[in-house]
Amino acid sequence: MQGESLIVRDLDICATPPGEDERTIVSQINFALKPGEVMALIGESGSGKTTIALAMMGYARRGCRIAGGSVQLGETDILTLSAVETRALRGHRVTYIAQSAAAAFNPSRRLMDQVIEGALIHGVMDRQQARQKAIQLFGELALPDPEHIGDRYPHQVSGGQLQRLMAAMALITDPALVILDEPTTALDVTTQVDVLRAFKRVMRERGTTALYVSHDLAVVAQIADHVLVLQAGEEQEQGPIGQILDNPGHAYTRSLLAAARPETRVPSRVQSSGDELLRIDDLQVGYGRSDRNGLPNNVVLDHIQLRIDRGQALGVIGESGSGKSTLARAVAGLVAPSRGEVQFNCRELPPTLRGRTPDQFRRIQIVFQSADNALNPAHTVRRLLNRPLETYFQMSRDARQRRVEELMDLVKLPRTLLDRKPSGLSGGQKQRVNLARALAAEPDLILCDEVTSALDTVVGAAILELLAELRRELGVAYLFISHDISTVRSLCDDVMVLYQGECVEFGPCSTVLNQPQHDYTRKLIGSVPELQPGWLEACEWSTHTQPTTATV
Amino acid sequence: MNDTKTMPVSKGKRHPYVSPRSRLPIAVPKQRNRSGWQLTRWIGLSLFSFWLLVALFGPLFAPYPMGAFVSDQIYGGASTAHLLGTDYMGRDMLSRMLTGARYTVGLALVAALLSTLVGAGFGMLTVLLPRWLEESVRRIFDTLISIPSKMMALVMVSAFGTSIPLLILAAVLSYAPGSFRIAHSLAKNLATLEYVQVARTRGEGRLYIAAVEIFPNMIQPVLTDMGMRFVFIVLLLSGMSFLGLGVQPPVADLGSLVRENIGGLSQGALAVIAPALAIGSLTVGANLLIDSLSNSRDNQKE
Amino acid sequence: MRDSLFGLVLGRLASSLITLLLVSLVIFAITSLLPGDTAQQVLGQFATPEQVEALRAQLGLNQPPLLRYWQWLSGFATGDLGRSASNGVDVIQLVNDRLPNSLLLAAITTVISVPVALIMGIAAAMRRGGVLDRTLNLITLSMVAVPEFLVATLAVLIFAVQLGWLPALSYVSTVDSLGAFMKVYAMPVLTLCSVLIAQMARMTRAALIDQLDSAYVEMARLKGAPPMRRVLRHALPNAVGPIANAVALSLSYLLGGVIIVETIFNYPGIASLMVDAVSNRDLALVQACAMIFCGAYLLLVMLADLCAILSNPRLRNR
Repeated sequence: MQGESLIVRDLDICATPPGEDERTIVSQINFALKPGEVMALIGESGSGKTTIALAMMGYARRGCRIAGGSVQLGETDILTLSAVETRALRGHRVTYIAQSAAAAFNPSRRLMDQVIEGALIHGVMDRQQARQKAIQLFGELALPDPEHIGDRYPHQVSGGQLQRLMAAMALITDPALVILDEPTTALDVTTQVDVLRAFKRVMRERGTTALYVSHDLAVVAQIADHVLVLQAGEEQEQGPIGQILDNPGHAYTRSLLAAARPETRVPSRVQSSGDELLRIDDLQVGYGRSDRNGLPNNVVLDHIQLRIDRGQALGVIGESGSGKSTLARAVAGLVAPSRGEVQFNCRELPPTLRGRTPDQFRRIQIVFQSADNALNPAHTVRRLLNRPLETYFQMSRDARQRRVEELMDLVKLPRTLLDRKPSGLSGGQKQRVNLARALAAEPDLILCDEVTSALDTVVGAAILELLAELRRELGVAYLFISHDISTVRSLCDDVMVLYQGECVEFGPCSTVLNQPQHDYTRKLIGSVPELQPGWLEACEWSTHTQPTTATV
Repeated sequence: MNDTKTMPVSKGKRHPYVSPRSRLPIAVPKQRNRSGWQLTRWIGLSLFSFWLLVALFGPLFAPYPMGAFVSDQIYGGASTAHLLGTDYMGRDMLSRMLTGARYTVGLALVAALLSTLVGAGFGMLTVLLPRWLEESVRRIFDTLISIPSKMMALVMVSAFGTSIPLLILAAVLSYAPGSFRIAHSLAKNLATLEYVQVARTRGEGRLYIAAVEIFPNMIQPVLTDMGMRFVFIVLLLSGMSFLGLGVQPPVADLGSLVRENIGGLSQGALAVIAPALAIGSLTVGANLLIDSLSNSRDNQKE
Repeated sequence: MRDSLFGLVLGRLASSLITLLLVSLVIFAITSLLPGDTAQQVLGQFATPEQVEALRAQLGLNQPPLLRYWQWLSGFATGDLGRSASNGVDVIQLVNDRLPNSLLLAAITTVISVPVALIMGIAAAMRRGGVLDRTLNLITLSMVAVPEFLVATLAVLIFAVQLGWLPALSYVSTVDSLGAFMKVYAMPVLTLCSVLIAQMARMTRAALIDQLDSAYVEMARLKGAPPMRRVLRHALPNAVGPIANAVALSLSYLLGGVIIVETIFNYPGIASLMVDAVSNRDLALVQACAMIFCGAYLLLVMLADLCAILSNPRLRNR
């Protein structure tokens, strides 16, 4: 089966939140695709992009309802089909690749059974043929050991492999339309390149029509022919990818593009005083029981050396499992290192919370990634900001009141939010309160653990800007942990690259990120998609080029 | 009957692999139809508050003294003089039930409150204790939870004889462990959250963390759990009374009234049906109410 | 990696044994150490001190508590459960007479209730939010909170008093035909089942809905899998652990339920034996019965856990 044309007209979708009245969450969506074309739906969380994509299969999640419009795939008007006809369509002519492959595979069934299930349900081919075809697809998708990988269970393969297995599952019936719902968002950048490359090749070869849902313009630039920009369930702009990237018509598109290109801003260099604030010597952190030599079972970080001066920002980059969050937790005193020394203000910092003085507590503050879990849902913003003032400073009520309002101004939040609880704030607002709470202590060092990664790009960019400004004004130093190179580039002076718990490269941002010396750093930087079509083809990196671990 | 009823996480050794998701110990699965649970909420609320009012003020309205022999007729049916008939000795059933309800509701409330105080209190505090102490307390509660509640009550009554303090003690020993388990896992989950870690790196003490950071976020599930425990304890204590091993004459709770008059069952006497129905409506009402409350909270969270 | 699974199972067995040991310690402590004096109780308050002393020696009450616990525990291993204080018969004899009756009652109840409850739970989960689900929800939600003596009295009232179909009491000795068998067991089994089914059905529904809400069931739906296949092939295998737990926990309720039911219908089982023993303060008999009940409870919970371990693919295939 070849890709078919897709025409969507006046699509409306309504949702009924529990305890509320029905409201429209997607309205008046129109677009058309020729056979073999790829359309990207771009938007931030809550923009309705997944909801629209699922409507292509005649499916609305619990509490949602497709209220009007038409979806025409080839000759079929999908929204008028009966339940049985819709079922015959799903997994046969229209297939779906979900964001989290780990959740979308049934943990108790073998991969092969799940990959070929769609083909068997719809009677497209018999089991033997389906297995053959699946093995062929596994090979095309560059999965290791295509003959036998299907005999495994989902927990026995990696995330990147699962995502490709899901692509095989979607392509086994040669569908007329494939829906890809943020298929690479949960992956590390170096894995993402491989998966994208495999997706693109297979889809091109088969001439598949596809709908690609994403929040990441750079990824979309590699794979889509057309882009539809969404905000709050409404179309802002649509057009060919080149036009959207080079000549965006809508202000919202421009703000998305600006947020995706933060490196155009040169970090305002703060003149470092040269005063040493934090020094770490030969740090080792591990979990589990220690053996006879005091070496823990499971070493997460090893041989870490670093130095941060007063007012300086050090970025720590690494992929999931590289131990970067553990570094912040060790400095904060939440995990005790098994070896090594941490010096703060030229005095040794006790390894655990127990030995630290109130002054040391005050001078080191930590800000976590997930704004939802970092603020106690039972307390108001006022109470959250008051507490550090109470513990660290002997202030009168009035002085505290004034200081709380000052802090709100500092993080650019209206004072009217003071009496709300965290549930009444947006993600960006929560993260600002989170920062304000850290600033209340008037710290020397703030440990920022992935502070922008849970936020939409535009909101995240604003938080980064705020961080840079605070540093200029207050002279606070950052240990800034991130998996995203562009955020580090825009904020930090120095950078440290972590790979499997060891530092592979350390130095000024400009040097390390522009002329990386280590293979892994090059690969990490080279794997970040750029905002131009054709980057993917030019990219030379893949998972198969394994860097060696070595200390620089 | 023990507290395994409708409470999938309260009894039995839970293996960590069985339920990887931390689910609140809410009695019942989610039900999303709103008109449905609105109705059950009102039924539950009216039944439960009715019995609460009866327990508080009922004896004031009793037409006769509880122990008075007021009629020649035994197992008498409903009449204007005796709205709920008479019992096996010709006493007024309505008066006896108004007083009996006070014992049933009052004892169960006290026992449920104590169970939750002991169980949830330990559950929260052990999170802050050293590892070995936490493990020892857990082991003790795990042992107690492995003795079905009715077994515990029977064994204790056989050793000490029955009395009201002993019945309450038996109920607490049986139901505090479940409360402990739930509160402990809640507190344990909350203690790993980032805002608690932020508080720790701020240098806050253990008591502050327990009281200000953890406690406010576990009140609601713990209260729901207490409601469930109330229902189980009503069932346990009326069951004991029904066996003749609970509240002893001259006092009587609703369970004792069923037992006293069981001889009238073959005549279909109101004296045995009425108190049995009374207990049923109390427990069913409380269960419906708790269910609808915990459902509406689930829905808010979504 | 079979070894680690084997180790897990072995660990679970060991943990159950330790708990059983601790439970026995608690039961022994309550019944024989704390209360004043068994000898005094047996002889009554008019006994002379010499008589009491003689009986104490005869019962071994003068020995240190730990030794007595050890003797009591080893008695279980050899089948020597002591002697009933009220009628002087060996406890093991009494238990042997009654236990089969209780097991039969429990077996019939299980065989009827488990399939009915599973079907009800699965049906409700599949028709979530529908009329069937809402009706079942209201019924089961009410039934789980109903005391069993209410169900029993209403059953007697309807079937024995009003309709006259069934005898109000269960005389097992009169069973000589299938019809008589059914008449004897109908009401006790009905009473036990009503609460049990409601409880298991609710837990089954909850466990299944948990899985039906998961991303992989949505994926199966988007592959075009029909509802029956989604439930039976996708959700159910992953709900085996929780459902096994639900069944075990509910069946352990039987342990409490039979106490009331056997008493009300005068059924000659081990639960009514225990209630009589408690009334007569026959401690040796109480201890034995309590250990049997607690042992059965622990066994059920352990079987459910093993079920969950063995059905977990992460543990089965590494």
